[in-house]
Amino acid sequence: MRNSRFLLAAVPLAIVIALATMFYDRLGKNPSELPSALIGKPVPFFELPGLDGGKGLSSADLQRGPVTVVNVFASWCAPCRLEHPLLTALTKVPGIRLVGLSYKDKPVATKAFLAELGNPYALIGVDEPGRVAIDWGVYGVPETYLVSAEGEIMWKHVGPLTEDVIRGEMLPLAEKLLK
Amino acid sequence: MIDIAELGHFALLLAFVVSIAQGTVPLVGAARGHVPSIRLADNAAVLQFVLVAIAMAALVHAYVTSDFSVLNVFENSHSKKPMLYKVTGVWGNHEGSLLLWAFMLTLFGAMVALFGRNLPETFRARVLSVQGLVGVGFLAFMVFTSNPFTRIDPAPLEGNGLNPILQDPGLAFHPPFLYAGYVGISIAFSFAVAALIEGRVPPSWARWVRPWTLAAWAMLTIGITGGSYWAYYELGWGGFWFWDPVENASLMPWLAATALLHSAIVVEKRDTLKSWTILLAIVAFSLSLLGTFLVRSGVLTSVHAFANDPTRGFFILVFLLAVTGGALALYAVRAPALKPGGLFQTVSREGALVLNNLLLATATATVLLGTLYPLILDVVGGAKVSVGPPYYNSTFMPLMVPLLVALGIGPLLPWKRGDLAGVLGRLKFVAAATALVAVLVFWLMAGGPLLSLIAFVFAFFLAGSVIVEVLERVQYRRLGLAGAVRRLFTLPRGAIGMALAHMGVAVSVFGIAAATGFSEEHLGIMKVGDTVEIAGYELTFRGVETVPGPNYTAARGRFEVAGVGIMSPETRRFQTPPMETTEAAIHPTVLGDLYVVVGEQTGPGHAVRIYWKPFVMWIWAGGLLMAAGGFFSLSDRRLRVGAPVRRAAAQPQAAE
Repeated sequence: MRNSRFLLAAVPLAIVIALATMFYDRLGKNPSELPSALIGKPVPFFELPGLDGGKGLSSADLQRGPVTVVNVFASWCAPCRLEHPLLTALTKVPGIRLVGLSYKDKPVATKAFLAELGNPYALIGVDEPGRVAIDWGVYGVPETYLVSAEGEIMWKHVGPLTEDVIRGEMLPLAEKLLK
Repeated sequence: MIDIAELGHFALLLAFVVSIAQGTVPLVGAARGHVPSIRLADNAAVLQFVLVAIAMAALVHAYVTSDFSVLNVFENSHSKKPMLYKVTGVWGNHEGSLLLWAFMLTLFGAMVALFGRNLPETFRARVLSVQGLVGVGFLAFMVFTSNPFTRIDPAPLEGNGLNPILQDPGLAFHPPFLYAGYVGISIAFSFAVAALIEGRVPPSWARWVRPWTLAAWAMLTIGITGGSYWAYYELGWGGFWFWDPVENASLMPWLAATALLHSAIVVEKRDTLKSWTILLAIVAFSLSLLGTFLVRSGVLTSVHAFANDPTRGFFILVFLLAVTGGALALYAVRAPALKPGGLFQTVSREGALVLNNLLLATATATVLLGTLYPLILDVVGGAKVSVGPPYYNSTFMPLMVPLLVALGIGPLLPWKRGDLAGVLGRLKFVAAATALVAVLVFWLMAGGPLLSLIAFVFAFFLAGSVIVEVLERVQYRRLGLAGAVRRLFTLPRGAIGMALAHMGVAVSVFGIAAATGFSEEHLGIMKVGDTVEIAGYELTFRGVETVPGPNYTAARGRFEVAGVGIMSPETRRFQTPPMETTEAAIHPTVLGDLYVVVGEQTGPGHAVRIYWKPFVMWIWAGGLLMAAGGFFSLSDRRLRVGAPVRRAAAQPQAAE
């Protein structure tokens, strides 16, 4: 009887210790980070037309050739405007190719957007219905993926790119892939 | 020349040293019976308060004079900011808000030292010592990881400015009240730990701890109510509660403190439920610390989050574990030895209060689970989730229904043993009227949200029960109107406070049910001259003009509303930092609010949101009623400082 009362009185303490352990585990991790199930997997198969209806972007393009940054964007997306100068700067990094995936956007609007801000993309695939983006696991625009020369998705960033993200995460990984 | 900011820094360091002395010397002195060490507690508590107050004043001075050589001022202030926001900006950031915490903490400590003369000296020394130990944690946190007086050299010419959302009168009252509430609960915690150290909980313990809890609870109520109203008019879509982790962090201590208030009555009147009440006091304060941890460590995403710094997070985690873990370890050792109190029947005032406590504790656990669930799932490797209103609607809300019923019936039950049938007999008019209202509600508003309809019915029942309870107390039937009114003025303040607070619950529930279930909205593009009709109001859009403000430019919309006049919502664009805020135009009435927001230019017109929020003001009116009830109870003679102990010693209080 006395024993059971003691155990009962120790329950709150046990709960607090369990919670504290859990908090400790989470410290320093970013809670808004969204993991991608596709990391380490080959890019899904797709073939998209270009802005003028001709050849755009396909999975075959990503399976051969240099390390590629795939940027999902749209003319109607305000944060895409914010990250645009950074993408332009990214094209100056040697060995990396930047391609774009125009997401749920009319080709006319995309063209006007690129005419206004400049076109940093080596290739652009137009995904007007947004069907290919589903296979890529796109949450929303902008989103950026890093794809190895063999066509494996190595890294993903949700939301607009920042200098910190590019310098701290994307470029170090890209350098490793280039070696 | 003495630099005022350095003086503040020095005072803060001294306060830290004093808190260490306050946290150790009296504790040892009380154990050994060494009188000078025991007496040190009072002086240390007052001194610590004076020092922290100096630090606070120095930081305010740095803000008011825009001293950008102080990093904190540079990061959060701007010389062109209006004076009110220079002052309130002091606690609109991590370091400054911690200083406000410490200020409140030491203020309460000093109040115990100065006004707690009726407490036995040894017990008071222990309380203040525990309070001192809590202070050690907060002051060390500030001194070592979050110093508000850190310098920047060379001093910049201009500051970064305050987050525009915080440039609002709301910042002047919301955090101070909230923190006074959080920190006030620390007194209940210190009382609980001191009682555990002594190993006994006399009924007088509850009488000592109750006024402090009551004051803290009332201020927390105002803080939460004010914060909810602030969100309502500032965020621009008419919501008043978002189940955001940080809101939950304030709701959990509030629920626990509400339970504590009620269980302390049972300890006081019936000398039972002691172990549970002690536990509640510890849990209530632990939950306020948990809130601090969640806001400042970055383990959860929230709109309120301060800087995400793992070092700081680690510090608070250790502190949280020390305070909560230490107190609960002491609890585990001492609580089983506490003498169980008198018995009572299930149907009695005590029984109703136990039911109230069970429901409130379950509600607290529900909110805690909802808040931490994304984190738990992440740790065990599950999916990323966010927990929102659907969870709380199906878990928290149903708990409120029996709570409202218990709230209506409980105060009518006598202590020890009650007669449910008798009480229901006294409530027969209310019950019949409620049944009638239920039929009417479900008939007239068929198809409305079920939760709202149920809430209407039970809010009505609660309000009716409160009225019956007051009428019985003033013996309306026997004395007639004039006699009853005369008697009303002679009632114990505690009884009036209870009636006010319970009525406040009914009013709030009614407001929440109406505003969430029956609001109307019009979202769309309006061109100049367009007219929209909503809830019987006709709004004509007359265009948008640009108006300069003190540190922003506003796009001000003009809406002509028939019978009301002009309504002018604004979108304010700030330069430092570059940001936009919406200022809704609100036409508040007792029956509901007309709420207008104007957005950016879209094609030929402007994006406009117009809402009709029925009875929305009742939500906050109810909150203020609850707080008023708390303050009324606080002024009860029974709790008045100085009087109670002598009276209690002369004649044990008879059960009412």
